[in-house]
Amino acid sequence: MLEKALKGGRTYWTWVAALLAVIGIGIACYIYQFFVGLGVTGMSRDVSWGFYIAQFTFLVGVAASGVMVVLPFYLHDYKAFGKITILGEFLAIPAVLMCMLFIFVDMGQPLRVLNVLLHPTFNSVMFYDMCVLAGYLVLNILVGWTSLGAERKGIAPPKWVRPFVILSIVWAPSIHTVTAFLYAGLPGRHFWLSAIMAARFLSSAFAAGPALLIILALIVRRYSTFDPGKEAIQTLGKIVTYFMLTSCFFLGLEFFTAFYSGIPGHMQSFIYLYKGLEGHHQLVPLMWFSTILAVVAIGILVFPFLRRNEMILAFAAACVFISLWIDKGFGLIVGGFVPNPFEGITEYWPTTPEFLIAAGVWAIGFLVLTILYKIAISVKEESGGEAIH
Amino acid sequence: MSINRREFFKIAGFAAALGLGGATVAAAVKKEVEASGPYLLDPKGLKAKRWAMAVDMAKFQSDADIQKCIDACHQVHNVPEVDPAHPTQEIKWLWTETYEHAFPGNEDEFIAPHYKHLPFLVLCNHCENPPCVRVCPTKATFKRESDGVVMMDMHRCIGCRFCMAACPYGARSFNFRDPRPFIKKELNREFPTRTKGVVEKCTFCYERLAKGAMPACVEVSNGALAFGDIDDPDSDVRKVLDNNFTIRRKPELGTHPSVYYVIGGKEHA
Repeated sequence: MLEKALKGGRTYWTWVAALLAVIGIGIACYIYQFFVGLGVTGMSRDVSWGFYIAQFTFLVGVAASGVMVVLPFYLHDYKAFGKITILGEFLAIPAVLMCMLFIFVDMGQPLRVLNVLLHPTFNSVMFYDMCVLAGYLVLNILVGWTSLGAERKGIAPPKWVRPFVILSIVWAPSIHTVTAFLYAGLPGRHFWLSAIMAARFLSSAFAAGPALLIILALIVRRYSTFDPGKEAIQTLGKIVTYFMLTSCFFLGLEFFTAFYSGIPGHMQSFIYLYKGLEGHHQLVPLMWFSTILAVVAIGILVFPFLRRNEMILAFAAACVFISLWIDKGFGLIVGGFVPNPFEGITEYWPTTPEFLIAAGVWAIGFLVLTILYKIAISVKEESGGEAIH
Repeated sequence: MSINRREFFKIAGFAAALGLGGATVAAAVKKEVEASGPYLLDPKGLKAKRWAMAVDMAKFQSDADIQKCIDACHQVHNVPEVDPAHPTQEIKWLWTETYEHAFPGNEDEFIAPHYKHLPFLVLCNHCENPPCVRVCPTKATFKRESDGVVMMDMHRCIGCRFCMAACPYGARSFNFRDPRPFIKKELNREFPTRTKGVVEKCTFCYERLAKGAMPACVEVSNGALAFGDIDDPDSDVRKVLDNNFTIRRKPELGTHPSVYYVIGGKEHA
């Protein structure tokens, strides 16, 4: 089926070329980082994880959110999602790939990466994170590719796929839970030491992922003859609405515990992020921008007559995605390191090479996404779009 | 390119000679390695069930006394100086913090000014229950079961910095770039320098203990740093703990630090 990615119009090739250019710049910057060290980033002794790990964290959520379309279709026979399950599965693949690349570019000694397999350490959450991410990648490739292949031939997917589908549904929340455990089990990092961390991760993921899927579905409809379907998009809109509300509710719970208890350690990171701490307030505008976007998005999404308009829905979905990207793809990670274990403050901002490397990884993700979607859509255009299961 | 028979034999002959030569050299090297014998522990090496340190702040006469400990540590371990261009990416094994920063959560508005500005020496706590060891995905940092020292294998470390996020004491530093150009003091050839991309920290001078010497900072501290086996009631460290009120950093986290602090004490009063 890969050959379908090689046939495309002018727009398609321009887009691919643009992505390749960004990838090229990213690789050049990575080579620079490889030889000089992570000193080329804005990270420091105090903020020892930055943009890369934050992107990784956010993208694990995007990957996990594929389950939001797979589950209703396979477990509840929700037919409207039949057309877009493949879009969910094929979004998960580049998302996991980007996660792995972000971990890789964050390593001080990337050539030693296989030490994780050579010396498997069962008390390290990172070991399990590697296992669940790799497993999820394989499951999505297996299920997505096989189902699409069957659809091309106009037959039902082979029976052996179904157990893997069920497994992938169970697996999806696990990847984001384990990722939350990377943070939620660290003594002395008050901002992360919260039992609700995994729940927050999952709820924000199930809002941001489907929000991206809405935008992608609308793009697909515009640039191809395949229509993902009005009903499917509207249902995604409802999913985004409820999970965005849940996500904001969970954040509110964190605020309550921190500020009603009044324990300084629990309040400090929140104060740093939203108000500034001891004269340091670099992230305050960003966090408030995220908050405003969240309020605007919810203000639109809770009214069915507004979200029924697809353009307004797309705008709200973009607000949700950007809001959560700032919150989780930046604030959540940096906030955990401020203040440091001595209650001192070192601020963090990514450097240009760091930002360009991250852009390169995103471009690799979008390139894989483009290729996979191109294949899926070409098959759908031929078959009429209904998946059978 | 074409070669005739004669040339072919010439090249083949050379290649064979080179191959044989290589094999001979390899055999010789192997012999030498074998001849060096198995690694033996130094009989003078110091042993303990669990090493611990007591920092008696009252016994430091001046800031210079404290600096002497830091300099001794950083010199024997080839710790690089701060790169002025990147001060936030510095590497430190032993340094000072004021009371409110060393013991956050215990700070008090009306603490006596003397204690408020006292420069407390801080270092890796060699926790009995170390979070850094728990999170390391490669066992590059590990607790030595024989004596409780939290060790670093800088050849195995992948530089993921999970240990830095996990350590509640900010004891760990990462080599953001090649540290060697910043080693300004005389190089100690007995201790390895590090490469970029690995994490490092105080290791209770395991290399000195193995040869029967006290940690470098303890040696130059004039008794302000007591070091010894906390399981041995006659050890220096136990004597300090038995006769003074001591505190540890963030004991509420359950990490059980092995570094104790005497804040006031008899000598000071």
